[in-house]
Amino acid sequence: MATDTTAATTEAGAPPAVDPRSRWRQILDLLVSNRLALFAMVVLGLVLLAAVFGPWLAPFGVNEVIVQDRLQAPGLDHIFGTDELGRDVFSRVLLGARASLVVGVVAVGISLTAGTLLGLIAGFYGGKTDDFIMRGMDVLFAFPAILMAIAVLAILGPGLVNAMIAIGIVYTPIFARITRGSVLSVREEVYVRAARSLGARDARLIGLHILPNVAAPIIVQTTISLAFAILSEAALSFLGLGVQPPAASWGRMLAEGRGFIQQAWWMAVFPGLAIFVTVLSFNLIGDALRDVLDPRQRSAIESRGLAG
Amino acid sequence: MRRVLQAVGVLVGVSILVFLLIHLVPGDPVRLALGTRFDQETYEALRQRAGLDQPLVVQYVDWIASAVQGDLGVSFRSGRTVTSMILERLPATLALAFGAIVVALVMALTLGTIAALKQGSKIDHVATAISQFGISIPDFWMGILLILLFSLQLNLLPPSGYVSPLANPWEFLQHLIMPAVTVGVVSGSILTRFVRSSVLEALGEDYTRTARSKGLKERTILVGHILRNALIPTITVTGLQLAYLLSGVVVVEVVFAWQGLGLLAYNAVLGRDYPVLQGAVLLFAAFFLLVNLVVDLLYSYVDPRIRY
Repeated sequence: MATDTTAATTEAGAPPAVDPRSRWRQILDLLVSNRLALFAMVVLGLVLLAAVFGPWLAPFGVNEVIVQDRLQAPGLDHIFGTDELGRDVFSRVLLGARASLVVGVVAVGISLTAGTLLGLIAGFYGGKTDDFIMRGMDVLFAFPAILMAIAVLAILGPGLVNAMIAIGIVYTPIFARITRGSVLSVREEVYVRAARSLGARDARLIGLHILPNVAAPIIVQTTISLAFAILSEAALSFLGLGVQPPAASWGRMLAEGRGFIQQAWWMAVFPGLAIFVTVLSFNLIGDALRDVLDPRQRSAIESRGLAG
Repeated sequence: MRRVLQAVGVLVGVSILVFLLIHLVPGDPVRLALGTRFDQETYEALRQRAGLDQPLVVQYVDWIASAVQGDLGVSFRSGRTVTSMILERLPATLALAFGAIVVALVMALTLGTIAALKQGSKIDHVATAISQFGISIPDFWMGILLILLFSLQLNLLPPSGYVSPLANPWEFLQHLIMPAVTVGVVSGSILTRFVRSSVLEALGEDYTRTARSKGLKERTILVGHILRNALIPTITVTGLQLAYLLSGVVVVEVVFAWQGLGLLAYNAVLGRDYPVLQGAVLLFAAFFLLVNLVVDLLYSYVDPRIRY
């Protein structure tokens, strides 16, 4: 999607004048050259693999109960051990990847769409519209994230879809703020004014000239928000408000494992490890992307390099 | 003054959302709350007490007027006033938040300063890695790991629960340590990065060079010049962190059965006790706004260039 918008920009004659494909190529090269980011991408690739092909990869069914094997410590048969019902923890961790990724991606999709749209409108039109939208965002922002999600779920009722909506609402204001701030800084740029004087309509100005030029911070925020959204989903499922059984979810497994912590540490340790590694990977990629995409940050790192 | 008015405006928006919470619930909230314990008399009494038979605007005005006077309604479950339930839980949450800030500050100031002084060294990398881990780790998982290690393996600390400091200060502290560390590490990780870059910045400033050329001892320079200057922005960020910290408090209170507001709100969701949920959410949001306001005002006091 991002490549498309950049391509469209160059056609329309707006900066940057660099060939967009080489620009994205460049970003990818820089990411790959960053060893941590590379590691993170490999990990996320594995998580994605588990999410898509989990049912075929898992050695046992997600709710396959083997009563005589209950509460087995990690070993050759069950590398992550088994839970109190004799279900294979490794298989359940594999299949839990799907819930985490789906909720994370859809929730961030909601915040990204709603937040960016609101931010674009607020920043572009300014005045009363801006005030109205941004004060509304301030109100949403005033609630501690998890508490807000819990309150939304108290209204909608627990469940996978409602968790996506709740997390989506919680992270909308961040996108709106970031987008608005960036729009304000490019709104009066020469190419925007030029396009306007040529008679471009608002929608065209926003979509073709402003959006591609405020995309960088939004992309960085998207990656970091994925990390937060997955954490939030895990927290909600841990509290019993997210993914409902019999579906496997990391947060839910942790909650169940907590009850058996004395007999079976593996029930709580491995699902948590899965959440941790996934979130860490998104954060590492987010940091690397920020270094590459956000010039101000990049110069800060350069100057630090010079100082040291 | 403008900033104060703005905060009041946002608070009004927050109160409207919190008020609507009970009305957005599909179905009859009182009937849902009573569930199987339904009887017509209690039902009528609760409905009337919650003012649900009035028009919406009248209800809001009544609700907010009482809320300002400290009356947040009556619990659907226990029949007690919400205010008394909240007041009972408030000290526990404040103690946890305060403990967490202490943990966060100690961690950030030590790690951040050492990392900056030894920039580029192994210690710096380790400190950066710790802060990256701390941001990515699910707090509830860390809580469980701490219980596993310090309560079940080493038998050093009680696994969960809350003891009033008035009843037994020593036991109170023992119970506080793990929850405070769990909440504090996340904030501390973010702060560590901040302290590191602030100290790095101060290291390059003229006053540091002057102090050094005067032949002052490194220790004096560090405490008197570098840390003092790095501390001002750190305090500001700590203030902002306090707000995010509250989000962590909610989940961690559930993990450790810490009898605070977060646990109260969570149980209110499970028990469909909407007035209690409203009260707790309102208090959290109001607290967040107050902290933000104070931080902003402090900031403009410290740095006169900033005006609201």
